[in-house]
Amino acid sequence: MQPLLRDGCLDTLFMVWWSAVWTVVGGLPLGILLYLTDRGGLLQNVVVNKVIGVVVNIARSVPFIILIVWLIPFSRMVIGTSIGPSAAVVALTIGAIPFFARLVETSLREVDGGLIEAVQAMGGGTWTIIFKVLLPQALASLVAGLTTTVIALIGYSAMAGAVGGGGLGAVAINYGYQRQEHELMNITIVLLVIIVTVVQIAGDLTVRRLARRTGRQSAPVGLWRLRRTPKAADATAVPAQRAADEPQRAADEPKAAVDAP
Amino acid sequence: MITTTGLTKVYRSRGREVTALDGVDLHVREGEVYGVIGQSGAGKSTLIRCVNLLERPTSGTVTVAGQDLTALAGRGPRAGAALRQARSRIGMVFQHFNLLSSRTVQANVELPLEILGLSGKERSRKALELLDLVGLAEKAKAYPGQLSGGQKQRVGIARALAGDPKVLLSDESTSALDPETTRSILQLLRDLNQQLGLTVLLITHEMDVVKSICDSAALMKGGRVMESGTVAELLATPGSELAAELFPVGGEPSGPDRTVVDVTFHGDAATQPVISQLSRTYNIDISILGAAMDTVAGRQVGRMRIELPGRFEENVVPIGFLREQGLQVEVAPVTAGAEAAADALLKEGAK
Ligand SMILES: Nc1ncnc2c1ncn2[C@@H]1O[C@H](COP(=O)(O)OP(=O)(O)OP(=O)(O)O)[C@@H](O)[C@H]1O
Ligand SMILES: [Mg+2]
Repeated sequence: MQPLLRDGCLDTLFMVWWSAVWTVVGGLPLGILLYLTDRGGLLQNVVVNKVIGVVVNIARSVPFIILIVWLIPFSRMVIGTSIGPSAAVVALTIGAIPFFARLVETSLREVDGGLIEAVQAMGGGTWTIIFKVLLPQALASLVAGLTTTVIALIGYSAMAGAVGGGGLGAVAINYGYQRQEHELMNITIVLLVIIVTVVQIAGDLTVRRLARRTGRQSAPVGLWRLRRTPKAADATAVPAQRAADEPQRAADEPKAAVDAP
Repeated sequence: MITTTGLTKVYRSRGREVTALDGVDLHVREGEVYGVIGQSGAGKSTLIRCVNLLERPTSGTVTVAGQDLTALAGRGPRAGAALRQARSRIGMVFQHFNLLSSRTVQANVELPLEILGLSGKERSRKALELLDLVGLAEKAKAYPGQLSGGQKQRVGIARALAGDPKVLLSDESTSALDPETTRSILQLLRDLNQQLGLTVLLITHEMDVVKSICDSAALMKGGRVMESGTVAELLATPGSELAAELFPVGGEPSGPDRTVVDVTFHGDAATQPVISQLSRTYNIDISILGAAMDTVAGRQVGRMRIELPGRFEENVVPIGFLREQGLQVEVAPVTAGAEAAADALLKEGAK
């Protein structure tokens, strides 16, 4: 592979990996907070919930390309530069946190309230509920949300390339578009497709594995291990899959359900 | 063991107020199985959720094992450490089991022990012991999704017992189960009650549940307790709705100018030939409209609906005789339906 493409690939992977890590670090607590402070939540707090909600919604409605430009001074402040993959990570992370936080909130809403009640009845506090109920029970759905987020980040990282972020996006723009090297353009597209596909498959497999054990299986354990019917596994993976395909709708639906009487 | 006084819960939502509990005084004695029965919306779930303060009562107090829980509650909506500590000594079983599907059966039973801060080794020993107690030791490594409803409820019960509770709360714990599984779960609750001296407060809408395992019962309606007491007391209370429900006897009078009397036999009285004595002494013809014999709270009880010729005024003496024999006697009011049926019969005859 040409050094140009190899470096582009590595830069893209660098950007996506680190922005994904920071997105989880920032978005997961934010999503949990959104869920907990909502009306009827464990830490119901209308003010906090509304403030976070508004900030998240504003951040989500700003087009990413504008967000990057707008964040240039901020990137310079945080890491000392506004160009290159590291600077892009700052913008990518800030762009993806609100998106992921909403997905986390949606996933947590799917957890059966009866489980929370059961843990409260046995004397569990809020931390116990978060770490022993909400996160483990929502794990499959959270992984599906993360997969969607990472794929969105791959797309955004190519956009970041257009404004000096580096990576495959920069290769495509600088060489494929401006120098009219069509072959190079096509190769970058194929590489991006491969990366997206690998992420999607890895995410789906993980979701399926997590969903399988939580799915309803009435056969005894031994038998069940011997005859893992692929059909059953598919059936359990479907909801998570759908959530991954329709992040927007999935994120908006519960809100509507809550507002309705 | 559990005492509530003046327990009131008012839900306010969007300006509307729903009084789910309206001054409930409940007294559950140590070591008994106490059933609360009532129709949907009567406030049964609200009551049981107020007992461990999952629901904050609007007013009134809850005392469990001598501890005033309402005093522990604190002000905010969150439960303080003292309340959480008290809750860990009260087991709760749910209609829909509420097991964590992401954990194995054993890990589910270990959860309350994790909250109590036991070490891994102790947790696993205790969990296996409890699973053994409910007869599910071989399912320890299975996931709840692989169990039947009855097995899930057994896990739920094992989990509820993990904190060595003195009190077990059960909200419709058999309502999602078929009749046979229901029986086995009730039997398990009964066994635990007897073996461990566990006090059980259970909510149900099935009279059969009360009949088969309860020592005492209360009937709720519109957020109030209408009747309560031991099952024997209730059966001995004239006009008790619970007793009538527990032990229904049917049968419509065969015509107008008849007196219908419900007779309840307890213990010894059940063995005496009172009906034939009555017939001979007063020289009247008695027809039996309905009768049933059953075991309620471990006691043999019989109920019979009989019909005497003539209006009530003419039967005061024979009814007095029955009372003298130590029987519980109630004169059934003549219902409008019965009269209409009698009229219809007369017309039929006239044709
Ligand atoms: N969170 C709530 N907010 C508002 N009203 C409520 C709430 N929970 C219960 N209620 C109302 O309180 C009343 C009693 O409800 P509860 O659930 O205690 O009844 P129940 O006897 O358990 O009925 P069921 O047999 O159907 O379970 C009902 O009128 C119900 O609508
Ligand atoms: Mg209920």
